[in-house]
Amino acid sequence: MSGAGPATRGAAGFRLRRHGPLATGLTLILLLAGVALVSLVWTPFPPSKMQIMHKLKPPFEVGLLGTDQYGRDVLSMLMAGAWNSLSIALFAVALGAGIGVVIGLAAAAWRGVLETVTMRGCDVIFAVPPILSAMMLGAFIGPGRWTAIFAIATFMVPVFTRITVGAARQVWTRDFILAARAAGKGALLISWQHVLPNIVGPIIVQVTIQLGLAILTEAGLSFLGLGLPPPAPSWGRMLAESQTFLRVAPWLAILPGLAVALSVLGFNLIGDGLRDRLDPRQRGHA
Amino acid sequence: MIILMVRRFVGLLLTLLAVSTLIFLVMALLPGDPAAIMLGTSASADTLAALRQQLGLDQPLLLRYLQWLGGVLQGDLGQSHTYGVPVAGLIIERLAVTLPLAAMAILLSVLIALPLGVTAAAKRNGLVDLAATLFAQAGIAVPAFWMGLLLILLFSMQLGWTPAGGFPGWRAGSFAAVHALLLPALALALPQASVLTRVTRTAVLDVLDEDFVRAARAKGLSRRAALWRHAVPNAMVPVVTMLGLQFTFLVAGAVLIENVFNLPGLGRLAYQALSQRDIVVMQDVVLFFAALVIVVNFLVDLSYLWLDPRLRSEKAFS
Repeated sequence: MSGAGPATRGAAGFRLRRHGPLATGLTLILLLAGVALVSLVWTPFPPSKMQIMHKLKPPFEVGLLGTDQYGRDVLSMLMAGAWNSLSIALFAVALGAGIGVVIGLAAAAWRGVLETVTMRGCDVIFAVPPILSAMMLGAFIGPGRWTAIFAIATFMVPVFTRITVGAARQVWTRDFILAARAAGKGALLISWQHVLPNIVGPIIVQVTIQLGLAILTEAGLSFLGLGLPPPAPSWGRMLAESQTFLRVAPWLAILPGLAVALSVLGFNLIGDGLRDRLDPRQRGHA
Repeated sequence: MIILMVRRFVGLLLTLLAVSTLIFLVMALLPGDPAAIMLGTSASADTLAALRQQLGLDQPLLLRYLQWLGGVLQGDLGQSHTYGVPVAGLIIERLAVTLPLAAMAILLSVLIALPLGVTAAAKRNGLVDLAATLFAQAGIAVPAFWMGLLLILLFSMQLGWTPAGGFPGWRAGSFAAVHALLLPALALALPQASVLTRVTRTAVLDVLDEDFVRAARAKGLSRRAALWRHAVPNAMVPVVTMLGLQFTFLVAGAVLIENVFNLPGLGRLAYQALSQRDIVVMQDVVLFFAALVIVVNFLVDLSYLWLDPRLRSEKAFS
């Protein structure tokens, strides 16, 4: 018979429970990144090429995933949309995390009034959802890539500031910081050499989770017409346009949403998996 | 306790002042002339000058800010350019849709999340736990507006149970109105519920380890009674915290959902103001939403005092 006794099966089950989410998340995101990169050099059809006689064809009839109301190939649009979604999310999170971490490190290093003002400032900015700040920005500088990036990044700043302050304050109480201060190092140098390396873990976890949130928000923004202007394909606008054809072409409403959901799921799974790895105490609880 | 509440209230007022200043400054300092944006490119120089004067754009920034703030404090939010009526009235009218929508969404999400999260924690690693975990992961990833489209596809198009959008107004009877809000509220509630389920599960699991739950069992309470009477009430602080934190996302979701379902609420008003370039309305709606988020989080802070008596001491909050 086979050698797979209960013990080994249990071990396999354990390994799957432990590594399953992270592996699934990584697979989804590698797939997303791969598709996004491939779309830069190749898509089955040019994503904005209209073929009116092939309009509103269901999946497999024309192209792999059907066509929209102008006869554009849905798969090609989804592929190009992946690049737009991912690049906006990456930019926004990089900007938000960069600014937030620096502010957070400073607040934790100097404490006092600076910290109070920073934390209150976070509350204030956190009260304005990115959809609304994007509307304010959009009214003045018009919709587009940078409106979306700025609006999303603004909302991410307080998120990263809070995480950084919380984690950095704990590090500042440790003995090796005392040693560094005794060695005559200034707050700036200590923050860079000793605090930052010790809080990279939670920040990376937060980056992955916020990447998912950024993709979700970008989809919402372009759904309202605040993202990339046409003809650049975007998942959110595909969803907005699908509403008119809900009865005749439901795949137009289902597929782009699925793309958004799977991308967000991928980032969240990676975030959860990393958190379990970095903080074993949380394992199985969160 | 009283001093604590007064201090919190002063903090609330300062935060509100800060957020209004921020919104005013962003709107005032962004490149672009509001009058030109509102009138479009075809406007004559005279009309432009007239609108600039009406909006007070010819006055210095500080004076404009004080006038605007003074107006806001007196409930005067200015005039809508497109509708030609006071914005305050517009907002109150639209609130009759958005507030019930948000309330229904919160209620639905709690009704889904609480039983699911508590059961998942009580029967850890069981079937319900697995379902709750899957629901939590899937729900966070799904955009509320896409959920709205899927619900329309299923309940309106396939089954024909609910309207696909639109709002008959409260005069059409509360049944018709609630019926029209049910699907959008559910679309908002499901993603919220997934986050809440996860938090509830974790919070209850943490509390179940506590000595007082063991003591309750030792004095002869059934598992069920110990769970619901002792564990669940003590697990409510993180759940309510999350409910408050999620309110920002609920507001954002409502803006989108109202546009999916064509509901004449505040979010739709903001969106219409954007496309009609009615900057006064937009500024006011953004301010209103931000203030709402801040006030809700203030109430959440206060609710801790009620939920957890241990926090009523001065020290716990400083």
